[in-house]
Amino acid sequence: MSSQQSQQDKEYLAEQSTKGSLFWNNFKEFYKRLAKNKTALIGGYLILFLIIVAIVGPYITTTDPSQVDYAVKLEGPSAEHWFGTDHHGRDIFTRIIHGLGITMIIGVASTILGGIVGILLGIISGYYGGRIDTIIMRFMDILLAFPGILLALALISILGASRQNVIIAIALFAVPTFARIVRGSTLSVKNLEYIDAMKALGASDIRIISLHILPNILSPIIVQGSVFIASAVLSASGLSFLGLGEQPPSPELGALLSDGRDFIWDAGHIAFFPGLFIMLIVLAFNVFGDGLRDALDPKMK
Amino acid sequence: MKEEIILEVSDLRTSFFDEDFEIKAVDGVSFELPKGKTLGIVGESGSGKSITALSILRLIAKNGKVVGGEILFNGKDLTKLSEREIRDIRGNDISMIFQEPMTSLNPVYTIGKQIYEALKVHQGMDKKEGDKRVVELLELVGIPSPKQRMKQYPHELSGGMRQRVMIAMALACNPKLLIADEPTTALDVTIQAQILDLINDLQEELGMSVIMITHDLGVVAETCDYVAVMYGGQVVEYQEVKELFKNPKHPYTVGLLNSMPRHDVDVDELEPIKGNVPSVRNMPKGCRFAPRCPFATELCVTELPELDRKEDGSEVRCWIYSDRWDGDPEVSVRNEERTT
Repeated sequence: MSSQQSQQDKEYLAEQSTKGSLFWNNFKEFYKRLAKNKTALIGGYLILFLIIVAIVGPYITTTDPSQVDYAVKLEGPSAEHWFGTDHHGRDIFTRIIHGLGITMIIGVASTILGGIVGILLGIISGYYGGRIDTIIMRFMDILLAFPGILLALALISILGASRQNVIIAIALFAVPTFARIVRGSTLSVKNLEYIDAMKALGASDIRIISLHILPNILSPIIVQGSVFIASAVLSASGLSFLGLGEQPPSPELGALLSDGRDFIWDAGHIAFFPGLFIMLIVLAFNVFGDGLRDALDPKMK
Repeated sequence: MKEEIILEVSDLRTSFFDEDFEIKAVDGVSFELPKGKTLGIVGESGSGKSITALSILRLIAKNGKVVGGEILFNGKDLTKLSEREIRDIRGNDISMIFQEPMTSLNPVYTIGKQIYEALKVHQGMDKKEGDKRVVELLELVGIPSPKQRMKQYPHELSGGMRQRVMIAMALACNPKLLIADEPTTALDVTIQAQILDLINDLQEELGMSVIMITHDLGVVAETCDYVAVMYGGQVVEYQEVKELFKNPKHPYTVGLLNSMPRHDVDVDELEPIKGNVPSVRNMPKGCRFAPRCPFATELCVTELPELDRKEDGSEVRCWIYSDRWDGDPEVSVRNEERTT
């Protein structure tokens, strides 16, 4: 390489380095593409807002969510009780602030748990193929054949109602959806030349799977994760609503909704506000997930 | 030949199995490669060149299998090694570079990290030492400002640069044998020459042996010491490179040479070989080249010739050179006009 060329090269590199780190550049570009989809951006900020409320809220609210005050029971929204009170006179605003965290934790934890198992099974299935693939995927088909909530109901009636069991039950039906997506992506990545090149370098299967396939199929996993959290939240609330998840006096959103059921005609606000927040969480994760799909899809660039 | 033979492939057969159907992609490949020399494997698409290379490293897809023959590397039969043992050889003793530099690098890692990968896998080198070696390697393959370059991602490099990175990766552990599978096909002509020169220089510097897989006889002439010409999954001719160009024996080799433009002879029109490569699913019973061969006789169509070794070490798979030849005994495969 001539000295002139290497001089040009240095200038080029210097120019590159002034643009900031690659990660930051990537993030900026990603944000730009996400921002094109306004609803997705709003969804993202809404998620951020709900998370902050769920974390910080309980420290700010002054009243105990389980504090009973029969003097003010079934009261509508007022300056004192923003979202009104329930049939025990508990402040619904405080209860929602406390319950938000519980609901979101169940949604996220079950998605992560189910995601990990599903990713593992999907990658093994896609990478090795053959008989292992057939066995794993047929088993996933069986799981998918059950309606998710029915499977969760059956599992919880066996294991008993507790937060931990709700997470396990929801994770169980997260597994097949993740496994399918991951298997498909693995199939498309494993035949690329850089995987062959890694094999030709003598890398082991575990190394190839964890360091070379997984990072390349992260985007569909992230998208699926974000969309699945929405349905996990819905399932968690559904189970509590049926009395199979969180037990009273826990302020989980589904349980709050269930509390309001008996008073829906006289004091609609008891059911309305928890329902509103469930809807907000689900909506936020869904539109954000859709936006992510577009922003992360290289074909849409 | 008195040189030490580093790789000896004899009668290699690799088949793919589709349901119950056996597709013989490589069906009788033999050649030897003396230490420090370059062997070219030449052939059209689908002649089994790449499968031969992948068979050596045992990297053929799941539905494929080496069904016969021996691959002796430094006296060890690679076909009989365990998965673990062959993995230790890959990238360490035998390295490979691929055709497509655009897709042969993982897009999510910096090139420095990818080169370090080979060092980590085989030598357990730590990050600090590894970085030093990566810079050394990038310098070796002629990449300017290696310290900055190693922090770049593949998409920030040009095709030629990426192929240099691939070569650096392949050389990381000082392999004894480098297999280059059409290393220049995807590159610009000017870059092609640079990369070939680089491989030649590195070979001399590091004393490697090289297998150069290509369909370009020009590349062969420039880089190789020996040539194996493949057709329909078989080696049809094996010769020293000078001899091959001066004195081609197999009618297919002659056809290949005739279809290549030359600057030393004035030719109005190139002579293509008529017809197509036979399908692997439907190979002719006799000599695989018989349907396209201008000299084919009854014998050629009915019976497959053996790869016959001559006294000078060359090998040819053609009935013309056997005692059983039933055609014109004075036949000359060489086109007189073309051989000056």
